[in-house]
Amino acid sequence: MEPAISCRGLRKHYPDVKAVDGLDLSVARGECFGLLGPNGAGKTTTIEILEGLTTPDGGAVEILGLNWKDDEREIRERIGISLQETQLADKLTVLETLRLFRSFYRKGPSPEELLRDLTLEEKRDSRVGKLSGGQKQRLAVACALVGKPDILFLDEPTTGLDPQSRLQLWEVVTRFRKRGGTVLLTTHYMDEAERLCDRIGIVDHGHLIALGTPKELIGRLDAPNVIEFTSEPAVDEGAFSDIPGFHAATLRANAWHLQVDSLADAVPPLIVGVEKRGSRLITLTTHAATLEDLFVSLTGRELRDA
Amino acid sequence: MREIRPALIELTIVRVKEFVRETEALFWVFGFPLLMTVALGFAFRDSGPERVPVGIVEGPAAAGQLKALASSPALQPRIYGADEGRAELRRGKISLLVAGTPPVYRFDPARPEARTARLEADDALQIAAGRRSAFEPRDERVEEQGARYVDFLVPGLLGMNLMSTGMWGIGFVVVNARMKKLLKRLVATPMKKSDFLVSHFLSRIVFLILEVGALVAFAWFAFDVRIHGSWLLFSAICFLGATAFAGLGTLVASRVRTIEAVSGLMNLVMVPMWICSGVFFSYERFPRAAIPFIRALPLTAVNDALRAVMNDGLGLAAVAPMLINLSIWTVVSYVVGLKIFRWQ
Repeated sequence: MEPAISCRGLRKHYPDVKAVDGLDLSVARGECFGLLGPNGAGKTTTIEILEGLTTPDGGAVEILGLNWKDDEREIRERIGISLQETQLADKLTVLETLRLFRSFYRKGPSPEELLRDLTLEEKRDSRVGKLSGGQKQRLAVACALVGKPDILFLDEPTTGLDPQSRLQLWEVVTRFRKRGGTVLLTTHYMDEAERLCDRIGIVDHGHLIALGTPKELIGRLDAPNVIEFTSEPAVDEGAFSDIPGFHAATLRANAWHLQVDSLADAVPPLIVGVEKRGSRLITLTTHAATLEDLFVSLTGRELRDA
Repeated sequence: MREIRPALIELTIVRVKEFVRETEALFWVFGFPLLMTVALGFAFRDSGPERVPVGIVEGPAAAGQLKALASSPALQPRIYGADEGRAELRRGKISLLVAGTPPVYRFDPARPEARTARLEADDALQIAAGRRSAFEPRDERVEEQGARYVDFLVPGLLGMNLMSTGMWGIGFVVVNARMKKLLKRLVATPMKKSDFLVSHFLSRIVFLILEVGALVAFAWFAFDVRIHGSWLLFSAICFLGATAFAGLGTLVASRVRTIEAVSGLMNLVMVPMWICSGVFFSYERFPRAAIPFIRALPLTAVNDALRAVMNDGLGLAAVAPMLINLSIWTVVSYVVGLKIFRWQ
């Protein structure tokens, strides 16, 4: 069977920026694929080209074996979309909004069923303008699910949401996948990508700079653990050479990030080494390596502020 | 579960609901035109002809003359010193100065109200001096419906209302939806784009019936303004007017991205029509060369057609040119508007 989503050589150049610059991607049916990258990396432009909302300058897109030029209506019937920051009509109620969106599609669950699935039953007669951020986002996803789509596109579905609302949305995505649905989502949250996605593509400056399962990607880091510390005065890189299992160090915003094999082996000699050089430790934290660290090692920048 | 209604119906219902829930909009559509009719209707109520101010030079006969002139319904006499009276006449504060017995009438014959004052004053003084009329005439005053200012005003306000609610009702909503990316969200569904625009038009028609009905009924009961011609033709004019302005609203809103920009553009289109298209006064007062352009404006066509049917009771033949004008505006603005429409 052809992939759910595939594109080759995707390009979109704006006067001041190459938003997408030669991007290839293939998402299998039933897969959950995450596009991960900082703001301005080209994630939204990419997903909107795949959604048929932006015309690329070059490259080919196929959705479920169909293309946007000839089969737009057919594709629209079979995909569900949640845009970044859409505001639905404030003056309508939740149920009215769902009924409206339901009327655009040939088939799909009833608005009442959707309310139940997205735990919005209590809010069915509330105005959209009165909903919380999490409820609004669940309604946006409900509007994406209203046509019983084969593919769900979610552009930063949980940005700005509280932890509980994020969990609720993750559950909705997980349930959609259990029914065989394909998901393409963008995010700049590592935990979201690690938790939800089968495969991840890391995007920077309109290119895919890494592609694989979350485990594979983290495995590409030379070492599984990271130590972050600051000291007064700062020490130079020479201080790390005799730490066992040390791989690499990067200095960002006055903090050293050290990649090491084992925290137990590396932390005591680090502390001793810093003191021996007449410096005092100010902060020290450690964590298991994440996609964030991968992004940093790939680009030298952090995801949030890149 | 209720069954799923067609998208066009659902879109129209949603538009109507959204509008009804917008309290301010309700006031501007229904309350404001009624208030305007009341205010202007009373301000220009026909209270009979105004009295012309005339002066009497003080002297032994002045008191008697004052009494005689005051008995005329057309005059408003007052006694002045000789120099003062002349000065007031020169300034145009009074139209006629009566001096001495037998009186000398001082006035400017080039001014119509001065000539009227001269005739009225002479009449009153002659009668007071004992002149008998050869016969007693009876006055019949013309106060027919259709000839008063309020009769002129109501069709103009109707036209103005059709324009502003039509253009705002569509322009504001479309731009607002574009700004909030709601338009983009809608085109991301299989919704037919034509359904979206047609639903705006249909919801306008729902309100059209209510807003025209309210204004016509109010004008009828409060000022006895009637529709002398055909109701069917009247409805057809309102309908075509509403389509033309809905089209114009769509055109104005077709590419604009912000509310500020669309407000400016709306005013750019509407203000000239408010002024030129004969809402409050006849556009015949504009220079002759401007008249063909003014007649080409959709609001002029609506106002002229409404006045022809409401006040003069004219038929289809008389308003056909205006209906054709409105049809052209409708077709052109929808075709161009849809062609350049920006969904995102």
